[in-house]
Amino acid sequence: MSEQRNGHVRIGVYICHCGANIADTVDVKAVAEYAATLPGVVISREYKYMCSDPGQELIQKDIEEHAINRVVVAACSPTLHENTFRGAAERAGLNPFFVQMVNIREHDSWVHSDREAATVKAKDLVRAAVMRVYFHKPLEKRRVPIHPEVLVVGGGIAGIHAALTVANSGKRVYLVEREPTIGGHMAQYDKTFPTLDCAACILTPKMSAVRAHPNITLWTYSEVVSVDGSVGDYKVVVKRKPRYVHEDLCVGCLQCIETCVYKDSKFDDEFNLGLSKRKPIYIPFAQATPKVVVIDPDACIQLKTGKCKKSCMEACVERGAIDFAQKETYEEIHVGSIIIATGFQTFDPRRMPQYGYGKYPNVYNTLEVERLVNASGPTSGQVITRDGRVPKSVGIVLCVGSRDENTNRWCSRVCCMTSLKLAHLIKEHTGAEVYIFYIDMRAAGKGYEEFYQRVLNEGVHFIRGRVAEITDWALDPSEAGKLVARVEDTNTGFVRRIPLDMVVLAVGLEPQPDAHEVQRMFGISCSLDGFFLEKHPKLAPAPTYTDGIFIAGLCHGPKDIPDTVMQAGYAAAEAIALADTGFFELEPNTAYVVEEECSGCKTCVPLCPYQAVTFNEEKQKAFINEVLCKGCGTCVAACPSGSIKQNLFEDEEIYSEIEGVLAYA
Amino acid sequence: MSDKPKIAFYWCASCGGCEESIVDLAEDILEVAQAVDIVFWPVAMDFKRKDVEAMPDGAILATLVNGSIRTSEQEEMAHLLRRKSQILIAYGSCAHTGGVPSLANQFTREEILRYVYEEAPSVVNENRVRPQPRHGHNGTAVTLPEFRGLVRSLDQVVEVDYYLPGCPPTPKLLKQAVLTLLSGNLPPKGTVLAPDTAQCDQCPRKETKPVDLKITEFKRPHWTQIDPEKCFLAQGIICMGPATRSGCEAQCIRGNMPCTGCFGPTTRVRDQGAKILSALASSVNAREPEDIEKIMDGIVDPVGTFYRYSLAKSLLRAKVTR
Amino acid sequence: MEDRPVSDKLSTSVQWEPIIVAFFCNWCTYTAADLAGVARMGYDPNVRVIRVMCSGRVDPQFVLDAFAHGADGVLIGGCHPGDCHYVEGNYKTLRRYHLLRRLLRDLGIEEQRLRLEWIAASEGEKVSKTINEMVEQVRALGPLRLSRRFKEWDAELASLEAEAQSEEVVAHV
Ligand SMILES: Cc1cc2nc3c(=O)[nH]c(=O)nc-3n(C[C@H](O)[C@H](O)[C@H](O)COP(=O)(O)OP(=O)(O)OC[C@H]3O[C@@H](n4cnc5c(N)ncnc54)[C@H](O)[C@@H]3O)c2cc1C
Ligand code: SF4
Ligand code: SF4
Ligand code: SF4
Ligand code: SF4
Ligand code: FES
Repeated sequence: MSEQRNGHVRIGVYICHCGANIADTVDVKAVAEYAATLPGVVISREYKYMCSDPGQELIQKDIEEHAINRVVVAACSPTLHENTFRGAAERAGLNPFFVQMVNIREHDSWVHSDREAATVKAKDLVRAAVMRVYFHKPLEKRRVPIHPEVLVVGGGIAGIHAALTVANSGKRVYLVEREPTIGGHMAQYDKTFPTLDCAACILTPKMSAVRAHPNITLWTYSEVVSVDGSVGDYKVVVKRKPRYVHEDLCVGCLQCIETCVYKDSKFDDEFNLGLSKRKPIYIPFAQATPKVVVIDPDACIQLKTGKCKKSCMEACVERGAIDFAQKETYEEIHVGSIIIATGFQTFDPRRMPQYGYGKYPNVYNTLEVERLVNASGPTSGQVITRDGRVPKSVGIVLCVGSRDENTNRWCSRVCCMTSLKLAHLIKEHTGAEVYIFYIDMRAAGKGYEEFYQRVLNEGVHFIRGRVAEITDWALDPSEAGKLVARVEDTNTGFVRRIPLDMVVLAVGLEPQPDAHEVQRMFGISCSLDGFFLEKHPKLAPAPTYTDGIFIAGLCHGPKDIPDTVMQAGYAAAEAIALADTGFFELEPNTAYVVEEECSGCKTCVPLCPYQAVTFNEEKQKAFINEVLCKGCGTCVAACPSGSIKQNLFEDEEIYSEIEGVLAYA
Repeated sequence: MSDKPKIAFYWCASCGGCEESIVDLAEDILEVAQAVDIVFWPVAMDFKRKDVEAMPDGAILATLVNGSIRTSEQEEMAHLLRRKSQILIAYGSCAHTGGVPSLANQFTREEILRYVYEEAPSVVNENRVRPQPRHGHNGTAVTLPEFRGLVRSLDQVVEVDYYLPGCPPTPKLLKQAVLTLLSGNLPPKGTVLAPDTAQCDQCPRKETKPVDLKITEFKRPHWTQIDPEKCFLAQGIICMGPATRSGCEAQCIRGNMPCTGCFGPTTRVRDQGAKILSALASSVNAREPEDIEKIMDGIVDPVGTFYRYSLAKSLLRAKVTR
Repeated sequence: MEDRPVSDKLSTSVQWEPIIVAFFCNWCTYTAADLAGVARMGYDPNVRVIRVMCSGRVDPQFVLDAFAHGADGVLIGGCHPGDCHYVEGNYKTLRRYHLLRRLLRDLGIEEQRLRLEWIAASEGEKVSKTINEMVEQVRALGPLRLSRRFKEWDAELASLEAEAQSEEVVAHV
């Protein structure tokens, strides 16, 4: 059968020990001996590390000296080393698609402990591959060109850094941020741990650089609404929400805000987390980038009723930047790759009612306190409670919404350090006694342990124990009018009650509420915790399973600013490398219609998500555009007359695998 | 006898329709009859089994066997004719893929015998007598063929050279086949002597089949006013056409009945039922399990619908009973 | 490949053990199975995974063919609805699965022998849980092993063929 199609089949089988990883559980020698008995197999070997240079050379040599024309490598997952072995075959002059991998590590030795069963399984899988590889055909990889443009989604520190890096390499970058300004969470902080350098001082220059960079197109107050295409050519539609102010005309003089008919600021200021008020026309913060005002349609009288004096407009009459008729617009761009840097949200402590957030006004979360200690914040840097007092005792509760079965299981990584930073700043601003309630102090990071020691030496009290409850129920006069943290101090074994003027909940970090929609739109995956999933936890922590899409920063999982910046740089480097290579090699696993076999039943036509299948009215046959086909095989499985074939996943190949794994059933 | 090529016809488990179709050659049959010697044809001519047995092996150029194989006698005849013929042709759906009789593979032999000899409404059989394969009578043993546990296609019993599909095959295909045989210009062994594209290819309603079926309901043909012009699937009526080999000249469809699949699958397909299932299910317009289930409720008898003629040759061959 | 050895000591394992053929899509479930490996989340060794790019490639014929070749159960693993790497492939799988399940039921194959499970790339634990669960259920059902049944059927024929060769005369009524 296939002998005729492919010439005389000579199969080489290679069983990898992977050191002890496979060999400890699978009797590799027995598998190799067994493989040697299978039809078509002329060479069967086992070797310590097939992926090593000598391992690959083994294959190359056999191809050259023993005319092996099919290669089966039983080792780790094909997602790891398929390309390695295909490369070896290619170097020896064999078409790389005559290689089939068998996963006897991830799917066998690492998940089974019974040596006999694992060995039987390995034999079954090897046999299936040997039978399958029989049918393999030589194929050509397809190359798609890469648009050099890059899209960055999210303008926090991750997105900013990535955008600048890519732009500095000379490529055009579109940076899309859904808020009216870039900056993300970092813009809200006063100081950053562990160095306590001023956040604005290090962030603002980067924000300005984005604004000024000739290669960056910055679209704030905008969102990606659709993504089509694939690596090299993603067609992206961006919705630009109306800010009712022309970005190119506004110079940021802020006179409009001054003259707004609202004399007092009446609306919650999002940037300050409601700790201050703003007007309907506002700018999120002084260094907002772009420095362009925005009008809140839910607050503005003109936009709500059409019956305002429009004094803001009068103030801007010369520049004419304000335009109540502005409508949302859509921009369509083509980019070769995409960096997603959409960040995080903080845990909502209302989900842990025992801590009284939302009930007791003097219970805060860390983000709010970041604003309180900020010189340009709602209180100009004064730490005062909601009832206007300077607190004498402050308690910081760690792991709120982290490391907790009932809320989030993961460690949010930055709250310990954030709490140390805030303890230091609160003490500096108020001289209050500060208590930190912790489970473990995690200070792994450059300069972190040193910072911890410093705060310890400053006289902050550390109480080890999970706070059971925050209450205003005074048991004795010393507690009257205060909040009380009830906690078991696990170092001493006592249950303690600590009276406090102010409680700060060190809230954990969570995926954005719309993370799943974003994940779907871009066709990537989420980890169990809801953060975006990287391609490999160690070796590819910025690429995703979708070629040409990278993730950076908090959207991938909790991390501090240095790690965020590193990942952003890494993602940028990948995008630059992709653009510089200029092409991407695709698996040739596309489908095609065998025209003379097709009955024109049209079943397949609507099934393709990429519109790769069309119906040729003239010929009355279906046709697949192999450039559009991504090789899912859905149409192949559906064709009722078996007239569509899929390269690398032909019916015969799969049938022989089925037969192979079941040969002894 | 003359030196004309010898031809034989035989029937196994079949309805007789295939025999009828041979007669349907009408005047063409004369042409065929002139060109060949018919040496065995129980339905029409008085030759006996022993006549066949007397022939040297390979004496017959071609034997066309219709009907599926259920009994030991049919098996014997299949073997005998195989031996005596140079070319053995499975004629009609039953010999080709098991045909309607192989739907009986959904029941055990016991269930069938019990029903036929005891439970069927028209049966009166108080003593529950059943035919026995061997019966002693007056000192002699009388035997009946054994009733096998399974209905088989001809090629599940003996090697088959060619297939003529259809329930029954069309006279045109038969004539073509005979002429091909006589020409000596034989196609590769195992060929099904009909086009290898599916029915839609030759269907007069093809133009009316929409590109996106989006099936929201399956209707049963006898409960539906059928539009005589429009593709059946577009009307929500299951048509096996997309998964069925063409060559029948769309007879059922021209008679305003959907294709029920008698020509069997194309060569690329191993299981006709699974393939139409895949195509139809893929075209169903629902995403939620409950909605999908509701639409699938319209397919009252999936086995009978998808394997009407091919259960014996399906991948599972029969219902699993234990 | 007729000269494939039909039996060796593998086939003579004394106690029946279910064999489950699993079709896993490359992007979610196959990756999850890799993850289960990396995290050493052990599971029963009764499963044989066949990789396809998308669960949408799983032709119902493959499922039947696996049963016909002796699988005691078939597991299809794909991405969660909405998460398919190819947008919608898994919805087609879902529809086929619903109809196929009906067909199998009518053909006497218990529902638990065919399972469709959405397993995301991160759900290594679900891979091991699903496999263990299914192995247990199928073990409770007992062997299906249609391949053996087919061999018996062939044996039924062989006996006749032998008989036919020996020229025994049978009287017909
Ligand atoms: C209270 C607190 C204090 C901290 N202090 C420190 C510290 O002192 N030192 C330190 O190293 N780390 C600190 N961190 C951690 C630090 O905040 C993060 O490491 C960093 O902000 C991550 O940056 P990012 O760009 O990934 O995310 P973000 O800062 O969250 O930025 C994400 C951006 O993406 C935008 N966006 C989201 N979704 C979309 C969408 N769909 N379309 C377009 N745009 C979108 C958002 O509007 C936002 O601007 C602290 C964290 C907290 C909670
Ligand atoms: S294999 Fe998938 S992507 Fe390719 S044409 Fe078919 S349905 Fe479309
Ligand atoms: S499903 Fe198959 S036969 Fe029908 S139009 Fe598509 S390729 Fe042709
Ligand atoms: S589905 Fe049936 S009616 Fe419709 S075009 Fe095909 S054969 Fe004709
Ligand atoms: S239309 Fe279909 S069922 Fe009718 S004869 Fe033709 S193939 Fe057979
Ligand atoms: S890629 Fe996983 S189901 Fe389609």
